[in-house]
Amino acid sequence: MDGNFLMLVYVFVLAIFVGFELISKVPPILHTPLMSGSNAISGITIVGALLAAGAEEMTLSTILGFIAVIFAMINVVGGYLVTDRMLKMFKKK
Amino acid sequence: MKIIIEISYLVSSIFFIFGIKLLSSPKSARKGNFLSSVGMLIAIIVTLLDQHVLTYEWIIIGIIIGGLIGGFMAFKTPMTGMPQMVGVLNGFGGGASTLVALSEFYKLGLNVPTQTGIAIFASLLIGSVTFTGSMIAFGKLQGIVSGKVIRYPLQHPINLLLFIGLIVAGVFLVIYPSLSWLVLAITFVALLLGILLVLPIGGADMPVAISLLNSYSGMAGATTGFVLQNNELIIAGSLVGASGIILTLIMCKAMNRSLLNVVLGGWASAGTTQTASTTSAKGQVKSVDSEELAMIFDAAENVIIVPGYGMAVAQAQHAVRDLVNILESKGKKVRFAIHPVAGRMPGHMNVLLAEAQVSYDKLLAMEDINDDFPNTDVALIIGANDVVNPAARHDKASPIYGMPILNVDYAKTVVINKRSMNAGYAGIENELFYYPNALMYFGDAKEAVNKLVQEIKQL
Repeated sequence: MDGNFLMLVYVFVLAIFVGFELISKVPPILHTPLMSGSNAISGITIVGALLAAGAEEMTLSTILGFIAVIFAMINVVGGYLVTDRMLKMFKKK
Repeated sequence: MKIIIEISYLVSSIFFIFGIKLLSSPKSARKGNFLSSVGMLIAIIVTLLDQHVLTYEWIIIGIIIGGLIGGFMAFKTPMTGMPQMVGVLNGFGGGASTLVALSEFYKLGLNVPTQTGIAIFASLLIGSVTFTGSMIAFGKLQGIVSGKVIRYPLQHPINLLLFIGLIVAGVFLVIYPSLSWLVLAITFVALLLGILLVLPIGGADMPVAISLLNSYSGMAGATTGFVLQNNELIIAGSLVGASGIILTLIMCKAMNRSLLNVVLGGWASAGTTQTASTTSAKGQVKSVDSEELAMIFDAAENVIIVPGYGMAVAQAQHAVRDLVNILESKGKKVRFAIHPVAGRMPGHMNVLLAEAQVSYDKLLAMEDINDDFPNTDVALIIGANDVVNPAARHDKASPIYGMPILNVDYAKTVVINKRSMNAGYAGIENELFYYPNALMYFGDAKEAVNKLVQEIKQL
């Protein structure tokens, strides 16, 4: 287990704490947009998908990456747009 | 260049954090979502500049296809279809993680370091369960798969066996990465496990299932971060994972059930024959027609409306808005009391009522409004049942005993709109219907509320 990997674990644990702090402040009224919005964030896997799909030669690895790009993009674009559509509706008269 | 990329990932992570932070108020939420999307854009652009990305044809095609599908879904899905939409999006996130992990495995060939092997295994497992689990959840919400509690023989032993098998296969994979068929076996079994785990979960437990799958989709992203040794994926994935876990715990608490109990499939009594035996000798149910009800509303000053899944099914939110408007025009105070598990996902009722242009300051969470029922003239329940059953407070024999409920029975008059006298999801009769201050107003929520609005207009 090298130091680099341990750093990743550090980041992971601290980010979970940040997440708990941030999300416990979101009011119940916004729980659905929170889910779809955070879901869009989980589309960050797109980074991995792009790296996998952009390799020089065409291998099984790049084909899988290509499909991953499609999946992650659906997640990202669908997630952000639908969240925006919902949040637009929340109005106070 | 590497430094620039790393710093850009950090900036992108900060955008995500600020984005979620701004979600703490409906006023700033839209801006928060926008910031978060900017963070995503930064991450995508920077990744395209990475030296490992050499060809762009497939990437561009993939981005266009995925973007079009995502955009189409986002604009075409009606607000009533939001639970399904969220379910499907979770699934694609999980699916993407699985695919990236597989791709990375094949790229590495035989040189899979131990920690990468563990990360690949975790990513395959969580990603695949998220993918098929979410698709089943989608099917249930869309009505393609039965929304009932589905039990199959040896349910728990099978799942346990599959899980243990997966762990063993994972250990082998880490030790002998050359066994590439194991990767496919793990993926296949994990996909199967996702189906088997979500299949038994009943419709009213969907808020828990959806939140949990939301959390998994984040965790899948974080494990992919470990595979690629990328901090941003770990940060973003953990944020989402934490978000899903918090929502899951809120939902479980609101049903007074443990996570294990929900995941293992349904209330012990759900769907059993308990209903038949309890119908006798509880007193008379009083029903009311729209004309009479209009007069009751006319005499009221304080009204609280309690929406439930029935409102969503009947798509009655616009009719309910009309009711609010006419009551307010007569100078009455109207508010909504929203139980955390009303509907099929966290916040379901709020979204529907926001769509119908009900001002969000009228939508109150259970703990903020529950003490106001004694000062309320009329509590109108539309399509909710178990969450207003007073048995949860006092009847130790009831399966829902201990579950926090909305204290509608403390209002001077409780009006319950329902299609019939059928029991709710928990399969138990609601004693509220027999209370002296309770009135049943039968009919489809949309029609019934519309009729009521007409009658009030004619007064």
